[in-house]
Amino acid sequence: MNLKKIIEPRSMAIFGISMTNPEHPANIIYSKNKYHYQTKIYCINPSGGTFRGEKVYTGIKEIREHIDVAVLVIRSDLIPAILLECIDAGVSGAIIISGGFSEAGRHDLQEEIRQICLEHDFPVIGPNGLGVFSSPFINTLFFQDERFVKPLEGVIGLASQSGGILVDLMIRFTQEQVGLSRALSIGNKAVIDEVDALRFFNSDPRTKVIGIYFEGFTPLRGRDFIAELKKTRKPVVLFKAGKTPSSMKAISSHTAAIAGDYFVFNEIIKGTDAVEVTTEPDFLSACEALSYYGLRKLDSVAILTLSGGHGVIASDYFHQLGIDVVPFPDPDSRELRDMLSVNIQEIASFSNPVDLTGSASDEDFIQSAKYILQRDYVDGLLVLYLPFIPKMTSSSLPWRLARLRSEYDKPIIAYVPYIPKFGVFIEGFEAHGIPVTHSIESAAKMFKAIKRKK
Amino acid sequence: MKKRCLDILEQSKSRGWVLEPEAKEIMKLNGLHTCRNWWIKDAADIAALKKQFTYPVVAKVISPLIMHKTEKGGVIKNLNSADELTAAFKKLSSLEGFEGILVDEMISGLEIIAGAQDDPQFGKVVMIGIGGTSVEIYRDVAIRLAPLTENEALRAIESLRGLDLLTGYRGAVPVDLKALAGFFSRFSKLVFNLGERFKSIDLNPVMCRGEKILIADARILL
Repeated sequence: MNLKKIIEPRSMAIFGISMTNPEHPANIIYSKNKYHYQTKIYCINPSGGTFRGEKVYTGIKEIREHIDVAVLVIRSDLIPAILLECIDAGVSGAIIISGGFSEAGRHDLQEEIRQICLEHDFPVIGPNGLGVFSSPFINTLFFQDERFVKPLEGVIGLASQSGGILVDLMIRFTQEQVGLSRALSIGNKAVIDEVDALRFFNSDPRTKVIGIYFEGFTPLRGRDFIAELKKTRKPVVLFKAGKTPSSMKAISSHTAAIAGDYFVFNEIIKGTDAVEVTTEPDFLSACEALSYYGLRKLDSVAILTLSGGHGVIASDYFHQLGIDVVPFPDPDSRELRDMLSVNIQEIASFSNPVDLTGSASDEDFIQSAKYILQRDYVDGLLVLYLPFIPKMTSSSLPWRLARLRSEYDKPIIAYVPYIPKFGVFIEGFEAHGIPVTHSIESAAKMFKAIKRKK
Repeated sequence: MKKRCLDILEQSKSRGWVLEPEAKEIMKLNGLHTCRNWWIKDAADIAALKKQFTYPVVAKVISPLIMHKTEKGGVIKNLNSADELTAAFKKLSSLEGFEGILVDEMISGLEIIAGAQDDPQFGKVVMIGIGGTSVEIYRDVAIRLAPLTENEALRAIESLRGLDLLTGYRGAVPVDLKALAGFFSRFSKLVFNLGERFKSIDLNPVMCRGEKILIADARILL
């Protein structure tokens, strides 16, 4: 099924506009899209009349122009008939925000809309979801703008079975300055599910990395998902909830999908290139790192630090994650030492991790990074950057590191402790295309995410 | 799927599972090797076959009423002569539904477990693990969708935490991983081709030594 016109519509008809309830989700969707998105909007209510000075149509057939997407925010039992009217009127697809289907025990109603859509090859997102965020075309997340965190423009496409988790992820991504291409809330996935979302994102030129949160497949759909994963050329990050008996029970009352055996899921994903994460912060880190570097060979990393303790902690995390931190050969360690400031030559450590100590200067840091990136036994560099070290003064350091990364085509990830006064360094790294984290564990996990499985 | 395989499955349907010698026959017909074995229905046949046996052997009851042979006392191991085998035959013949014994050569080597099941989300999946405590306590198995190419099968085997046990840990004869991957790939193709005709398959144990990958026990539930 073709999702293009649902996700980049030129025209939208909103069913369910209320004349009496200004906070009705349909009215909020109208306001957001009317004033902040470019898609032309038509309001529908069987009573007709006007709404905020605009004509309200009594039904889809009264609209003379082609409608790309119908947004249904009406009673669930009315939806099958409205879908048939939309299909008859030549609408290209629909988003069903309304609940009251499988999650409420109405499997029959969900099956009815599924059959209608399959019979007519009519793509529908939902029901029981938040729909689509795809700037500058459409945003059906029915929260008032003052309480909605609008994502930054980026290259990560998100799909989520849970609308609440999707919003939560959008907030986290925005807080960390990580942008999105689109976000799909697939809800009960009566018609369009994670397999279709994966297929769409794979062909979407705006999306470079695909992130999917889901709770379970419908029967046998896992097999289609794996087949689609194998065709996907873009990195995919999967976050599956439903690992315990109690969470499996919660899922069945949430969106009525089966949770299945997590062990089987986990094992089968190991046989693909997809990255599986188990927490929301890891989901963000993996998506962010992949948006910078994609999947690549990463057998061994080097650590460049200004504090021995930071280096040891980072080494431990890499070891746990199966990434080697190979000690440098002695001749290389000596050569590196001789290049650096005399005052640190006797106190710093020049193997791996390279610990320059708190006496190092910006120039020592840059020269070390350059020397390390030139080593063919190093596939990536973690810099543990501590802006409070006295001689770390230059705000051009991130830019100079970014140049080295481009020159040697090896990933650099920066750890910088977070406090507002270090913002100039954090923004400097990010502005020059070096991802920054504020935990050493997260930095190590970023490398794990970009490491291509054998 | 060969006609003989389909016939065995059809004949076993009402019982709900396939007798071990027939399950092994299905494996052999699909390019998977088993330990040498003989279905002996009459004690007098032991004398005629005794020169073919390489001792020690194990005797297992064949009975349509006994699926879990060990629990019913239907397995006697370490038999070293025709006399011992004859005595075992006599003992096992008292078990319910007795239709003979299966004589298996006992093979030394590393024990592997392979299996297949019908998963509600993924359909036919295959599993491989290192036998004994690795599977039972550490759940050290790899599960993949059937069918698998040999390369995919090799990657699955290499993902096992106990891989060192396969590659010659503490001087043991290493298992030829390519041969094992070939075995697992062929098994996955059989599983895929069987489609809806079975519920689960257990090959436990599969004995591995060098290039030899031999099924010692096979169970197919329908």
